[in-house]
Amino acid sequence: MVLSIQNVTKSFPGADEPVPVLRGIDLALASGETLALTGESGSGKSTLLHLVGGLDSVDGGTIKVDGKDLAQMDDAARAAMRRSDVGVVFQQFNLIPSLTVAANISFQARLSGVVDEARIAELTEALGLTPHIAKFPEALSGGQQQRVAIARTMAAKPKLILADEPTGNLDEATASDVLDQMLGLVADTGAALMIVTHSQIVAARMDRQVHLRQGRLA
Amino acid sequence: MIFASFTALASHWSRNRLQFLALLLGLALATGLWSGVQAINAEARASYDAAAATLGEGQYDQLVTETGDRFAQSTYIALRRAGWQVSPVLEGELRTDQGLVQILGLDALTTPGGLAPVGMDGETDLLEFLTQGVLFANSETALRLDGQVTLAIVVDDNIAPGIAVTDIGAAQRLLDADNQLSRLIVARAQPFGLPSIASVAPDLVRQPAQDAGADRLTDSFHLNLTAFGFLSFAVGIFIVHGTVSLAFEQRRGMVRTLRAVGVPLRTLIGVLIAELVAFALIAGLLGIALGYVMASVLLPNVAATLQGLYGAQVAGSLQLRPEWWLSGMAIAFLGTGLAAAAALWKIAHMPLLESARPRAWAVASGQTAYRLGLAASVLLSIAVAIAIWGQGLVMGFGLLACLLLGAALALPVLLRGAVQLVERHSKSVMWQWFWADTKQQVPGLSLALMALLLATAANVGVSTMVSSFRVTFVDFLDQRLAPELYIRAQDEVQAQALETYLIANAREVLPSLSVETDIAGIPSDLFGVRVGPTYRENWLFLDQSGDVWSDVAAGRAVVVSEQLARRAGLWVDDPVTVAPGIVLPIGAVVADYGNPRGQAVMSETLFKQSFPDIQPMQFGVRSDDPAALSLALREDLGLSDAAIIDQAAIKSFSLDVFERTFTITGALNVLTLAVAAFAILMSLLTLAAMRIPQLAPVWALGLTRRRLGQLEMFRAVVLAFLTTVFAIPLGLLLAWVLLSYVNVEAFGWKLPMYIFPGHYAVLSMFAILAAVLAALWPAWNLAKTPPSLLLKVFANDR
Repeated sequence: MVLSIQNVTKSFPGADEPVPVLRGIDLALASGETLALTGESGSGKSTLLHLVGGLDSVDGGTIKVDGKDLAQMDDAARAAMRRSDVGVVFQQFNLIPSLTVAANISFQARLSGVVDEARIAELTEALGLTPHIAKFPEALSGGQQQRVAIARTMAAKPKLILADEPTGNLDEATASDVLDQMLGLVADTGAALMIVTHSQIVAARMDRQVHLRQGRLA
Repeated sequence: MIFASFTALASHWSRNRLQFLALLLGLALATGLWSGVQAINAEARASYDAAAATLGEGQYDQLVTETGDRFAQSTYIALRRAGWQVSPVLEGELRTDQGLVQILGLDALTTPGGLAPVGMDGETDLLEFLTQGVLFANSETALRLDGQVTLAIVVDDNIAPGIAVTDIGAAQRLLDADNQLSRLIVARAQPFGLPSIASVAPDLVRQPAQDAGADRLTDSFHLNLTAFGFLSFAVGIFIVHGTVSLAFEQRRGMVRTLRAVGVPLRTLIGVLIAELVAFALIAGLLGIALGYVMASVLLPNVAATLQGLYGAQVAGSLQLRPEWWLSGMAIAFLGTGLAAAAALWKIAHMPLLESARPRAWAVASGQTAYRLGLAASVLLSIAVAIAIWGQGLVMGFGLLACLLLGAALALPVLLRGAVQLVERHSKSVMWQWFWADTKQQVPGLSLALMALLLATAANVGVSTMVSSFRVTFVDFLDQRLAPELYIRAQDEVQAQALETYLIANAREVLPSLSVETDIAGIPSDLFGVRVGPTYRENWLFLDQSGDVWSDVAAGRAVVVSEQLARRAGLWVDDPVTVAPGIVLPIGAVVADYGNPRGQAVMSETLFKQSFPDIQPMQFGVRSDDPAALSLALREDLGLSDAAIIDQAAIKSFSLDVFERTFTITGALNVLTLAVAAFAILMSLLTLAAMRIPQLAPVWALGLTRRRLGQLEMFRAVVLAFLTTVFAIPLGLLLAWVLLSYVNVEAFGWKLPMYIFPGHYAVLSMFAILAAVLAALWPAWNLAKTPPSLLLKVFANDR
């Protein structure tokens, strides 16, 4: 299993007492598998995704990525895991505004030390970004920026891709287009994909769907 | 990974070149002002030390002729044979192609310890020095001598500038002055039972060692310069802090992304620190170069000031001394560290998932304003507590720091309050928007405005200090140099003849009677004076009781110097024992700047009763035609030129020197205001991009771009004006602390403070002008903003 989640709990500080967000989540994801995580706003979807990405830490339970327990890792080890094993695609793209499209795409691969120029060129072409490689992110449309974010993640060849509402900021046609390309790339590499979404259309295209309700899997 | 992270972070600067420039120039200017002032101080101090070590002036009594002419070597031999421990010195100027060099001939075997050429500490052959002759000079003087003399030249940078030291014999040959000497240095320890100097060398007179007064005055000058340099640095640091904070704030999103894609926090902080080190290094070097240029330009004036005021020799050209360029680099690193510490701390503790917020809004929050106000109140309370209860120099500087920092932190709160007050009274909707918008801009501009506040306050403070110093010193000169002529008699017979002659030919004769004594346990000089119009009209007192001079003349009171009064814990009306059996109340306390010894002034009559053996040998003379009287004295009594001192000329020269001091202060004032203007410019330019979304709706509602530009300009003027209004009282407080607290703690005497409203009006105009110049470009840019850029604010895909 690329991802194994067991009895994970998480709370956030409230006005009077801690507010539980996740109340004992169990989940597993194999290589090449795609999973949609759906639920109401505030159900804990993004929190679970951030915990899996090592961006936040659990209160209880264990999360293992490629067999390694995140709770046993310090900040540097979790950062190393994000560089090489896990790729995160955000709703807000999170590109580096002062780097060109080309530099943004190759950035995570350079960080993890696995730069594959041919692969980067292939990704750039496949996502229709070739005419834009010398531009800065601010000159691109929202859909194009999200493609750059996807290319950046895929170029680092992660084993697990986490996507937080990747099409949430895009119109329907562009969202469908971006999703097609992302799923195609995931299928090519055999990586596992966990996607957080509100959209039933997006969720329907995944191998599996799980629904979060009040911090539990329904 | 480190390189990739560094590249990503550094790419911010290639897209924000203006910010990059602001950061580098801000830090460079801050370092430049600091190291420039330090360079001047270090150069001057090194020159005093070198002069003291080389010439021994001020340390030993000297024997010279009345006229200052050279005398025969046989006089020296006669004194040595009589047992006097004296050492010969020959001085003269050697003309070279590169200018004049002062040759100083010493006798290495008889010179008192510590005065021999400093380089003769082992490496140089004494025999070579004595027989063949070696010239010791600093590198600059050595260059001037190169190829001009046949003697070997040894470079020794401890030698005073413009001077070459050699053996007395070599000096006599070089100066073509065989068997001639300029003066004799008298060793402190002499055998008992020696014949008097007058009997062995009747042509020579003994000049006593100088007191340390000049040192203390120059120390005061340097302390004030250092304080100014420090203030200028503080102004610069506000700029750097502003730009560093803004740069870090703008990169929060990038930092979050970098961490999200796997850059460890430690690596990130390390890369950011490396980036700051690079900045500090580049800006520090740039700043030191700027400081060097500034010091090179100002040093000749400072040298002339110090020489004229205190007789301190300072080289007119600058050397790259390790102590000041190292301190310049240290201050650049310290400044960067101070400016970036808070930003780094924030990044280290920033939750990884927190979204980036524009700085302006973060700072604008009421909580920040409340915290700033609270910190300002605490600091200002501490300042008040120190002013009331604090003692010592460290406390004095603590008071300065709390006062300035507290005032700077209070500024945004005060500005918001002032703008709010105007807003309440504005009727038209446009002006209501303008004032509300101005209030919102205050946080974003606050660091630059704080820099302007400190710069203006520093200028007001230093101008007040220097002008007060000038007024006080002019009064002091009027008081002490009131007699147009000052005449020295050779002996008692001549003194009596001189007094009789002067009483018949001058308006007023003021004999100088004095004796060294201890008053209230303090080493002091007691003077007996002939009270007359000169004393009554010219002496200004720090404090007095009754008709002082009538009481002194009648032998009912004594006037004491401030130093004596403060050290002995006495003041006006306190009784003091001035001579055996004579206890008089203090009638007045008088300033005696720079003299570490106490002074007491009593009537001539009482003095003569107490010390009947002391006869006046020197006379101050009031005359309506000093030139004619001077000529008559030469012709009728055969007095030499050296015996008659034209005090009016000395006064005129001293006043001229003050004009040079003003040149220096003026230059430093302009530089600090330029730094503050730069801070405002950079803040306005960096905020300009954030302004577009705020201004676009107002533009869409019907305000033209030209009008918006005009309003932006007006806003800068209003904020600069308000800042200046707050800066003037702060500057006056600063001057008060420097004059009444720091000076008293450091030197034991207080400089009176004078107010110069005209200066402050001019300075305020300059401060507002600086703000106008800084706002001109951003306002012009705004007026010319393309409509397409404003429209983008409303575009859905952004």
